[in-house]
Amino acid sequence: MIAAIVRNGFRALRRDRGALILSFILPIAFFSIFGMVFGGRRNTGTPRVSVIVVDEDQSPASERLVRGLQHEASLAAITRPDARKEGPVPAEYTAATAETAVKNGVTPAALIIPQGFGANPIAFAPGTPRKAIRILHDSSDPVAAQVVAGMLQKVVMTSMLDLMTSTGMKFFEQSSGGLTPEQHKNVESGLSQFRELIERRDRDESPSAATSGAGSDGLVAVEVRDVVGEKKRSPMIAFYAAGVGVMFLLFTASGAGGSLLDEAESGALDRVLSSRISMTMLLAGKMAYCTLLACLQLTLMFLWGAAVFHLDLFTHLPGFFVMTIATSFAVASFGMLLASVARTRAQLSAVSTLIILTMSAVGGSMFPRFLMPETMQKAGLLTFNAWAIDGYTKVFWRDEPVSHLAPQVAVLIGSGLALFLVARRFARKWEYV
Amino acid sequence: MAASQQTGEQTTPLQIESLVKRFGDLTAVGGVSLQVANRTCLGLLGPNGAGKSTLIRSIAGRVRPDSGSVHVFGHPANSAPARAELGWVPQEIALYALLTCRENLEAFGRYQGLRGSRLRDAVEWCLTWAALTDRAEAPAKALSGGMRRRLNMAAGIIHRPRLVLLDEPTVGVDPQSRNRIFEMVEDLRDQGATIIYTTHYMEEAERLCDSIAIIDHGRIIAQGTKTELVAKSFGGRSDVLMHFASSATDVASWVAARGGELNDGIAHFAIEQPTAIASLLDAAAHDGMDVIDVTLRRPNLESVFLQLTGRDLRQ
Repeated sequence: MIAAIVRNGFRALRRDRGALILSFILPIAFFSIFGMVFGGRRNTGTPRVSVIVVDEDQSPASERLVRGLQHEASLAAITRPDARKEGPVPAEYTAATAETAVKNGVTPAALIIPQGFGANPIAFAPGTPRKAIRILHDSSDPVAAQVVAGMLQKVVMTSMLDLMTSTGMKFFEQSSGGLTPEQHKNVESGLSQFRELIERRDRDESPSAATSGAGSDGLVAVEVRDVVGEKKRSPMIAFYAAGVGVMFLLFTASGAGGSLLDEAESGALDRVLSSRISMTMLLAGKMAYCTLLACLQLTLMFLWGAAVFHLDLFTHLPGFFVMTIATSFAVASFGMLLASVARTRAQLSAVSTLIILTMSAVGGSMFPRFLMPETMQKAGLLTFNAWAIDGYTKVFWRDEPVSHLAPQVAVLIGSGLALFLVARRFARKWEYV
Repeated sequence: MAASQQTGEQTTPLQIESLVKRFGDLTAVGGVSLQVANRTCLGLLGPNGAGKSTLIRSIAGRVRPDSGSVHVFGHPANSAPARAELGWVPQEIALYALLTCRENLEAFGRYQGLRGSRLRDAVEWCLTWAALTDRAEAPAKALSGGMRRRLNMAAGIIHRPRLVLLDEPTVGVDPQSRNRIFEMVEDLRDQGATIIYTTHYMEEAERLCDSIAIIDHGRIIAQGTKTELVAKSFGGRSDVLMHFASSATDVASWVAARGGELNDGIAHFAIEQPTAIASLLDAAAHDGMDVIDVTLRRPNLESVFLQLTGRDLRQ
């Protein structure tokens, strides 16, 4: 008897594609995504953090530090903007242009080596006067500044061993009463070997070879400043409002689009299409409804963010409306497409759950894309979530003008239109039998 | 001459020419030609799967024919003018379950291009016509089966079309609601609408329809008024059913000797004139047969269908 029940269960499951997808494919898809984001670190090392390096000092010490940073595998250190094809080589970043670049989201951090740094780069004793290296960062990526600061100390230890040793010896001499000439000679010999070793490594070895060595804090003075979110009361709220909002919009749009399937099953769709309403009008009407519903949802989400989490909604209304309309339109067209492709409600439910959760994971709705490997960050750009989150981040985080939203709006509206046309094509199945 | 022909076509509510629709190997409609006169009710009578709904959907423009043509008041089916002239009540309850009766009617009225006071008046008329005024604000899903059927009908004719397609509007409703639906159809007919009414209940066709087309396997196998159809199939013949108290052996031989048949203890005689009953009763009395019941059964549409197809209408 029990075996018969079990057999029936498996027979029914075998014929229910939706249940099969939810039972087996969705968990594997999610496992793979999380595995790629968090589990792939062992093979790829710490994800590279882009950082602009500005050398105001131009001393031998600072130049060695810049070289060391450029060789550090965890950092993608750049000193000047990317050159355009066949254009002149751009000028190196200055402290001001680097700060602007961080504010605009070119990199999440910039490292400024100040003038005078080389005179006394390293200190062992507290209170020793020295110039602090400034790290300017965008706190929407809370990891970047910490990685840059940590790697800076590591690079100092691995790339400036001779400086560290000579400074250490000076400190030792001051505190111990001095060395004998013979001891001085031995120390100088050792330091020469250090310098040769470092020069040879800088010349010959790959960047990853420079990463070995123990870490330590405080060898160089560092000042960290958040140049984007320093005046924000709730730094990450806009990100989460957009991320979570878009994910649920996708579910809402899929459900609203599914009303087409309900109406097809009940016969209401046939009746509507036998009236003066054409398929294009019907689809456009559904699309308009979905778009408005999505706008309302996002507005409610951000109003809640403003009321409870002090999101600066009312000072960013133009950008908010532009992004909300573009996002809602794209999401609504996606819902229409899913509904027009699916044959039954059950199929729609299973397929949309799989696609939406995958898009949300890859697109940054569940965890920020900067935590992902570079390839996944790029893959995220295939999703509405990523473009919407990027747009809202520009509005609420970077305080960028509406005109800067052009790429995001173009992608969202353009892909929305394209998906609508595809949905219209699929909807022909309902026009005639 | 051509002009008068064209005028004649435009006033013909429905003109179907050699309509064929196949679904794979199945021919749902196999070369149907049909013309319906203005302000009449045509019954499409046939068993389940005969092709009634496909024919109706072809008229409504929801099925693309493989060949042949359908014109509604001279306009090709599914053209905008044809849609405006046509009201379709599908067999399914094609309503928005969460909307109230009034909201459903408003929605379908708007889909038909009604606005403002015309829409309001149409909604009120429909609610009265369907006897749903006191349930106007109830959601469709909260209505009884009969009420839902009535709302389904009202949603199909809210724009007061001249040609109304009613696809089995009484399926699954109780006798009381069925009577109410009959009254609604009669009211429509009295107001001058041309009606195509599909059913597999011959009593509905007999009560409501001026003429009847019998459809089977996608073909119209007979068409005319009920009297014409019966006369064509049976002439003036009627059945006499007699029940005897006498022993079965005696009855069987007596019935056989007079050209009748004995089925389940009941004797069937075919007679040309009702007066033949008296002759049968006289003969029974003369031969000592004890008759306890006599019934005269005139052929009806069901008999016609059985005669034409060899199958029962409800098979």
